[in-house]
Amino acid sequence: MATATDEIHAPVTTPSDRAEPGSLGETIIDLKEVNVHYGSFHAVSGVNFKVPKNRITALIGPSGCGKSTVLRSINRMNDLVPGARVTGEINYHGVDLNSAKVDAVEVRRRIGMVFQKPNPFPKSIYENIAWGARINGIKGNMDERVERCLRGAALWDEVHDKLKESGLALSGGQQQRLCIARTLAINPDVILMDEPCSALDPISTLKIEDLMRELVRQYTIVIVTHNMQQAARVSDQTVFFSLNDKRQGVLVEAGPTREIFTKPRDQRTEDYITGRFG
Amino acid sequence: MSSIASAPRPGVQDAPLSLSAGPQLRRRQIRAEIAKLIFLAATASAGIVLLILLARVVSQGWGALDLSLLRENISQTESRIADGRAGYYNGIVSTLWLVAISAGFAIPVGLGAAVYLEEYAPDNWFTRIVQLNIANLAGVPSVVYGLLGLGLLVEFFGRDFLGRSILAGGLTLGLLVLPIIIISAQEAIRAVPLSLRQAGFALGATPWQVAWHHVLPAAAPGILTGTILAVARAIGETAPVLVAGAALYITYVPNAPGDGYSPLPVQVFNLLGNAQEDIRQFAAAGIIVMMVLLLALNSVAIYLRERATRRVRW
Repeated sequence: MATATDEIHAPVTTPSDRAEPGSLGETIIDLKEVNVHYGSFHAVSGVNFKVPKNRITALIGPSGCGKSTVLRSINRMNDLVPGARVTGEINYHGVDLNSAKVDAVEVRRRIGMVFQKPNPFPKSIYENIAWGARINGIKGNMDERVERCLRGAALWDEVHDKLKESGLALSGGQQQRLCIARTLAINPDVILMDEPCSALDPISTLKIEDLMRELVRQYTIVIVTHNMQQAARVSDQTVFFSLNDKRQGVLVEAGPTREIFTKPRDQRTEDYITGRFG
Repeated sequence: MSSIASAPRPGVQDAPLSLSAGPQLRRRQIRAEIAKLIFLAATASAGIVLLILLARVVSQGWGALDLSLLRENISQTESRIADGRAGYYNGIVSTLWLVAISAGFAIPVGLGAAVYLEEYAPDNWFTRIVQLNIANLAGVPSVVYGLLGLGLLVEFFGRDFLGRSILAGGLTLGLLVLPIIIISAQEAIRAVPLSLRQAGFALGATPWQVAWHHVLPAAAPGILTGTILAVARAIGETAPVLVAGAALYITYVPNAPGDGYSPLPVQVFNLLGNAQEDIRQFAAAGIIVMMVLLLALNSVAIYLRERATRRVRW
């Protein structure tokens, strides 16, 4: 597992590993019976699925069925929501992330997150990336690290001559890539993305999808998306959520993307994918 | 096909299109203009009152205005005042001491409390009681703070320790402005968008790191504005410092926290009711000095605010 002082590199998965249709490989996060309550409201019920390493897992489903809630539980961001309670086990390398003994800050150093609306810090581009590395005690040549992260996020060419400018002066697509670069700076294991392209134009969206395919060679990615075509284009595993009759979010079906989109096992999945609802 | 599409549309007919305001719109526009004039009048009246006040004070004190006001200590004898050998030097120094002590106490404590209440405190009954208390304290008459200062700081801690010292007076004023600083800092912190905090947390930062590096810099303009207003209020408070032990008249210049003091508003207050023309003129000049001092302090504070907000690059 990558430590804070590692260089940004990881064993690159062999091409045959990824190309194998339906093969999802080793599991890195295992969600077991995850339930989320907001106060007395039971929002998400009984979620079970595995996140495979070095793959892109897409969480899809209609609005309000708990996809983002489940995503946020993985890196303990729900701790910040007053009244939110997550039960169940989120197993990561043998440790239950959801346990009270696990420090949420430690979790977030290894599992990063990119949000729906790009939220760069109101600081320079350089500072946006350097800050995360610095507070996590990552030493070493910061200039080099900033360049590596910007290259890793396919942003270096566009901003290398204006690193001192405010991160907020960039376009939406660039800001989102800056947020991705910022996440790379802390050298995480897993990157969670909560509808990262929904606030962006189609061209920026495609750029970020290309970026995801590059990044997944070194990182594991879990993405929540409203855009079914995006899930079909980009992900290796798709997890479909829906609402049950008690208006709770439930996991309907999970599986390799090709299977979900060509021969879904559940009728609800088929209805959603073919656009009959949602 | 719905009939909406075939209903007669205004302007799309034989006569040429006219987009000048129709009668109904004209009535709405007039009402809008009246509202605007009312708001303008409100603003103007505030400004006019201030101008009248300034004009009166300046005209009354004009004769006594010269640099000796800033150099000489206060005097109660008419001859010295008439000769221009009296000034407000020790009053200015007393006031500056009070500002330093009260701000030095209230700003860190107030900011700390605001950060705690906004970033750390759980949403339970205890927190809510604390908030309620702070809001109440902000409305307590300032004289009561003077009594608190007198009873707690002056008497209780011993006449030999703090006594009627400038430290006791400064702390009293600090307590007075503390609730205001807490509330305005809380408002400023609350206005910082959640997305900024989430970005910080998602990078594995602790609540303190997020607060110090992101929330406070972003909230700085609001916090500083609130602080400036609070301290400006403290400068002018006469009643609480009188109760807490400010002297009406001193001949020396305070230069240690244990010294006695006579702040500028108190000195002016002491001279105001005097029958003699010269002395009243001198008092009016004192008011002008007070306003200049306030302006100077505000300018410093605004400059500090600009410096502090430069770190944030919206």
